[in-house]
Amino acid sequence: MAFLKRFFASGSLFIWLSGGALACSLLLIGGLLSLIFINGMGYFWPKDLVQLTLNDGTQVLGEMVDTQRIPETVTTAFPEGQTRIQLKVGNRDLYGLDFRWVDEEDIAQQTLPQDVVAFERREWGNFYGWITEVWDGDTRLAKGRDQAWNVFYPFLEQTEAIHQEIHHIERDVIGAINHDIEQARLNLKELELNGKNLSEGSAASLQEDIQTREAAYQKQTQRLVGLYEQLNRYRVTLIDVEGKEKTFPVGGIVKAWRPNQMSVWAKIWMYAENFWGVLTEEPREANTEGGIFPAIFGTVMMVLIMSIVVVPFGVLAAVYLKEYARQGLLTRLIRIAVNNLAGVPSIVFGVFGLGFFVYAVGGSIDQLFFSASLPNPTFGTGGLLWASLTLALMTVPVVIVATEEGLSAVPREYREGSLGLGATKLESLIRVVLPCAMPGILTGLILAVSRATGEVAPLMLTGVVKLAPALPVDSLFPYVHLDRKFMHLGFHIYDVGFQSPNVEAAKPMVYVTTLILVLVVLLLNMTAIALRTRMRKRYAGASV
Amino acid sequence: MEIGQNSIEKSVSPAKTTNAKSLRLVVETRQTNPVKTFSDSQTTHSPLTDVPAKIVIRDMNFFYGTVQALKDVNMTVPANKVTAFIGPSGCGKSTLLRCLNRLNDLVDGTRIEGTILLDEENIYRPEVDATDLRTRVGMVFQKINPFPKTVWQNVAYGPQLQKIRKRAILDDIVETSLQRAGLWEEVKDRLHASALGLSGGQQQRLCIARALAVNPEVLLLDEPCSALDPISTGRIEELLHTLKERLTVVIVTHNMQQAARVSDLTGFFLLGELIEFDDTKKIFTNPGDSRTEDYVTGRFG
Repeated sequence: MAFLKRFFASGSLFIWLSGGALACSLLLIGGLLSLIFINGMGYFWPKDLVQLTLNDGTQVLGEMVDTQRIPETVTTAFPEGQTRIQLKVGNRDLYGLDFRWVDEEDIAQQTLPQDVVAFERREWGNFYGWITEVWDGDTRLAKGRDQAWNVFYPFLEQTEAIHQEIHHIERDVIGAINHDIEQARLNLKELELNGKNLSEGSAASLQEDIQTREAAYQKQTQRLVGLYEQLNRYRVTLIDVEGKEKTFPVGGIVKAWRPNQMSVWAKIWMYAENFWGVLTEEPREANTEGGIFPAIFGTVMMVLIMSIVVVPFGVLAAVYLKEYARQGLLTRLIRIAVNNLAGVPSIVFGVFGLGFFVYAVGGSIDQLFFSASLPNPTFGTGGLLWASLTLALMTVPVVIVATEEGLSAVPREYREGSLGLGATKLESLIRVVLPCAMPGILTGLILAVSRATGEVAPLMLTGVVKLAPALPVDSLFPYVHLDRKFMHLGFHIYDVGFQSPNVEAAKPMVYVTTLILVLVVLLLNMTAIALRTRMRKRYAGASV
Repeated sequence: MEIGQNSIEKSVSPAKTTNAKSLRLVVETRQTNPVKTFSDSQTTHSPLTDVPAKIVIRDMNFFYGTVQALKDVNMTVPANKVTAFIGPSGCGKSTLLRCLNRLNDLVDGTRIEGTILLDEENIYRPEVDATDLRTRVGMVFQKINPFPKTVWQNVAYGPQLQKIRKRAILDDIVETSLQRAGLWEEVKDRLHASALGLSGGQQQRLCIARALAVNPEVLLLDEPCSALDPISTGRIEELLHTLKERLTVVIVTHNMQQAARVSDLTGFFLLGELIEFDDTKKIFTNPGDSRTEDYVTGRFG
């Protein structure tokens, strides 16, 4: 009793409670991050392919993905309960499903066949099996597992080069031609709208222009057909673990590796390559395979544009509210309103962005400047600019509040010292007060960036798409296309995780995307924090 | 600022001088202009009538909202002398000091009545530009406040505001000002290091140098040594002696020995009233008012 009394009286209870609460929060955050990290980083590791012979004689080949205790199987014979194993068996075109559960009880034999090959394909997901024959048209170049592998491997690099060329032609060359044709068409239409005769003068030359470019377009298409033929020239015959054969062109294969023969170093190298590939490549197969580069690019670009808009806007508003407006009921009400604005659900901002920016502002811009391409909208539809502005609107209260706090923290002596030297209020603000408030402003920016990077709901209404055909920055004038739709990591997570036809196969991609989203937020924040630390050092002693 | 000004326009009586020349022109003639007229008035304390007046305060009342901080203050601050304001906390001496360069304009809800003449010109007339005034009447604060910039930038701050851009001229001003503040030898090798790296005493002398850089006619010091050790305090006091050759110094201090050491004239304030204003020697040896005597002998306050 006495102990308890002392325990309460000393305040130990409160210390334990508060310490416990902190520990719980840290544990949750740590658990979340490690879950994402382990699952995300595991995705890149080239796992061994296991061949299982089951009791009924069936053969299964695949990567071990997961192990699970089967519920209600604890018997006297199995005090630990029975387990089952999830295998990624691939070969979706043969089996229909990529994944398969096998009860551990049913496994008769487990081996690691050395010559087994894993293929990453452009369609139908991975193939696990053996390569038996290589064909050039109808001529057989090689037969037998090892010989065929050795003949096949150089072809893979060749086809990769062809793929890059095709990509270049489709994206850059034909893209530029299409861009020019579109421009010429719009100019023509403008002339038509202005009532000009289309067979005369500039209109005629425009039409000629279009014709020459269309001829160039035809030429490029011919070239593409040739390249695609080359892709299909070499074919391989693959055989799966049950002996089913499948022949398809080498051009359909992205990557091939023999995991059970690889050394740890080779695997680490491949791990790095895979990781780099996800960061730099474009998505394939409804986003479940390939990379997420456009989503990373879109996210960073959107956050940057938002920052460029939100900081001056928020700082100016805060300066007026704090330094110029007469402090009274009205400013108090405005402050309350600003704080409440920060709590408005983001989807509300999305709806506002759609109604105001996209339809009202964008629609008017189209009417005024892009009337030739109507009814196709240019700015009158969701796009990078509108999404960024919507997020800027959403985060501006955060910047205002933080800037106001930063301004309050600037010692009165600095203002008076500056005014005492004959500075006007504006000069004091620009030369002394605002630089000293910079750390506070950057805190606001950090909070705004953190919130904006992870936001998805308003973006779905204002310009994010599942798959954007082109990046918002390219080599065509005006180089930065703020009207384009873009991809975003947050939306990518939702799309891959919940909208894809093959949820099991997409799962690792969800973790990888989440991991990279967290890393992007971290990176953007670290940049701002580093900047703030530098500012603080410069104004050390400024008690800000 | 704007709010303060409105009430000032209404309450301040128009300046007696009808001199239409700019403030600057008045400055030129100030030395040859002994102001006898003001000192003749009974309510004006003016112990040194033979010295030209720099600042003349007449019938001044000051209000923070409804609280009256200064009551009917009348005094004449002579040129090229050190004038000290003493008195217990909250007696209004700092408020009066801040009225002399219109720094109180910036405090919401303040109101001033009466006249403050600088070289016979009412500084509270609406057409007087407060920022111009503040270049003529510099100030050093109790809380040592060098800007978080380099030593050079601190001193050059004022001249730069006056659109002096030439580097050579600025360098020259910086050097002269630092020399006048007795800091040049200590900082000449670290002009481009942060001012916040200096010691407290050096920082305060830097603030003085910064104020001197705009070449003021009057220097106001609001308890400049309250945060300093005796050695730094001593250096600043020596500095004031040399400074008064070229400008008028007004210093607020809590330290009575300091007032006795540095000032030529001392004004004693109590509860917003100027109780006594006289030669420093007289205040400390033979004060005319019993309240002054109580204060300077340490019987209260």
